Amino acid sequence: MKIHEFQAKQLFRQADIAVLPSHVATSPAEASAAFEKLGGSLAVVKAQIHAGGRGKGTFIEDPSQRGVQLVRSAAEAAQVAEKMLGNTLVTIQTGPEGKKVNQLIVEAGCDIARELYLGIVLDRAASLPVLMVSTEGGVEIEKVAEETPELIFKEHFEPGLGLQAFQVRKLCKKLGLTGDAAKSAHRFMTAMCQLFVQTDCAIVEINPLVVTGGGQLIALDAKVSFDENALFRHADIKEFRDLSEEEPSEVRAGNAGLSYVKLEGNIACLVNGAGLAMSTMDIIKYHGGQPANFLDVGGGANAAQVSEAFRIILDDKNVQAVLVNIFGGIMQCTTIAKALVEAYQNVGFNVPLVVRLEGTEVEEGKKILRESGVAIVTADGLTDAAQKVVAAAAAHSKA
Amino acid sequence: MSIYVDKNTRVICQGITGKSGSFHTKGCRDYGTQMVGGVTPGKGGTDFEGMPIFDTVEEAVKETGANATMIFVPPPFTADAILEALDAGIPTIVAITEGVPVLDMVPVYRKIRASKSVLIGPNCPGVITPGECKIGIMPGYIHKRGKVGIVSRSGTLTYEAVWQTTQLGLGQTTCVGLGGDPIVGTSFIDVIGRFQNDPETEGILMMGEIGGSAEEEAAAFIKQHVTKPVAAFIAGRTAPPGKRMGHAGAIISGGKGTAEDKIAALRDAGIEIAESPADMGTAIQRAMSRS
Repeated sequence: MKIHEFQAKQLFRQADIAVLPSHVATSPAEASAAFEKLGGSLAVVKAQIHAGGRGKGTFIEDPSQRGVQLVRSAAEAAQVAEKMLGNTLVTIQTGPEGKKVNQLIVEAGCDIARELYLGIVLDRAASLPVLMVSTEGGVEIEKVAEETPELIFKEHFEPGLGLQAFQVRKLCKKLGLTGDAAKSAHRFMTAMCQLFVQTDCAIVEINPLVVTGGGQLIALDAKVSFDENALFRHADIKEFRDLSEEEPSEVRAGNAGLSYVKLEGNIACLVNGAGLAMSTMDIIKYHGGQPANFLDVGGGANAAQVSEAFRIILDDKNVQAVLVNIFGGIMQCTTIAKALVEAYQNVGFNVPLVVRLEGTEVEEGKKILRESGVAIVTADGLTDAAQKVVAAAAAHSKA
Repeated sequence: MSIYVDKNTRVICQGITGKSGSFHTKGCRDYGTQMVGGVTPGKGGTDFEGMPIFDTVEEAVKETGANATMIFVPPPFTADAILEALDAGIPTIVAITEGVPVLDMVPVYRKIRASKSVLIGPNCPGVITPGECKIGIMPGYIHKRGKVGIVSRSGTLTYEAVWQTTQLGLGQTTCVGLGGDPIVGTSFIDVIGRFQNDPETEGILMMGEIGGSAEEEAAAFIKQHVTKPVAAFIAGRTAPPGKRMGHAGAIISGGKGTAEDKIAALRDAGIEIAESPADMGTAIQRAMSRS
């Protein structure tokens, strides 16, 4: 689960991790008041969306406006807020449709001596969290990793032990941090690794991590996401969820206990199991079609869930055909066949439906489909199913 | 021969009184697995369909001589259940539970790897040696005893591969579901190494998916250490970066873990690639007929 920059900074303040003073604003008047409250001669207005690249991102409504802007007066803060709020920001991470800006922060300016990078993720190969820092802050870290990987320095740590002092010393040496900056780095890095563990983060990324002229490390930006499987023990963090940042159909699917990801193609699929769902997308593509979604109904889906799944995939106006691919294991083919017929009748289909059933009680399941009288194209095997649905989608889109 | 489990494996279920635990305990027993009991704290002294229930794994092992466990406890308690099984000295621990917090698994993984016990999962379908022992949620009847060792990160995709090899008459020695989480107890390398040493296994079929680098590591291992024919399928060629495809582990992040990278690494190791998921059985058949 992703959260906003201002929410992450709230967590940082609670954990004694240095950030700049800032205020959230949802209107130009609030932005102006925020500037006054900060009391400085300049401030930075930053759009709050769940995507990076805001500084270089532009608004659809006004391409000259960026997602992050320096302002020198309360009036200017209000002007910039006016241009950002309610408008759609497009960055390299949002896709061309962009994301609507509902809130922003007005943040104090700061004396920047150096810009570093800090990230913490789980290193799957080592099965341990890893702290990564780099001298190359303020730029895309993927680019640094690609072009100059020797400028990224890593230290793994055990969640129970945390980051050790010697590890900070190693990193400071490589980053060229000495004196007060090294002391500040010790506090900053140790606290950040602690926060990662205590709140079950998936990713923490501070880019840039600035070193001030006075040798203090400050998190200028904050990108934090959490392990959704661990949210049950973090009621406070769960509150940070912003549904307006998520794809509505994916939220709806989640509420129904379905795992759904919307894609760009025109062949919808409904599958049991994540691996088979991905493979079903792959085989559609292999036979010349384009999948419209990933959808895993899980191992024990009932008629209500299958109906909801159909509603969600049929709501996508691009869809020209639907492929159901079920390998019945624990889920019996008869259960899914009954659910399919019921859902077909409840939901009302306007596109062709191809069904491939295999596994437990397959013959009885196929019989239910045949005798239901609904217009289902049945398929034998994965290849047959994929070829039939690709042909059906092509025929339907021409019709 | 087989790997991990056989007809002598004595299995308990941790979480035997839960909905899934009880259902699959019956399913495994019906298949022919020696299910010898279960554990649910607070329900010790009672029984489930004639199988004794214990409060602790330690007691269960002492009383039943169990040497394997199937874990169905809810996600918040799964790490504890695995560590309890480890503490009781159970050699084969199979965790089916989906949704375990990943940081819970970090210390568990390290303790397991430093021990003599094996952990399969979590978030996996389990392990089966056809005709002898099934620990997990896979439908037993699609399997047929034979010569292919199957290892995979996903559930229903494994059933697909099993079914294809059954229909081709190849059959399976043992099928292992590693699990779809970022940290799992057993890797492709662990299982493939065992298949290489198992005289009954004549070919190895692996199914990977996007995310992480486990398939690349397996490719490097196979290139160096495996003489038996290997075929592979990688799921997720069409998955866009940054989107999690159901499994917590199936996500392309920072341009890493793409299907193309994995396929290239596997090809480089001389592994036969199934281009389509309908071609998994025939891919291992091709690889085996060449050698």
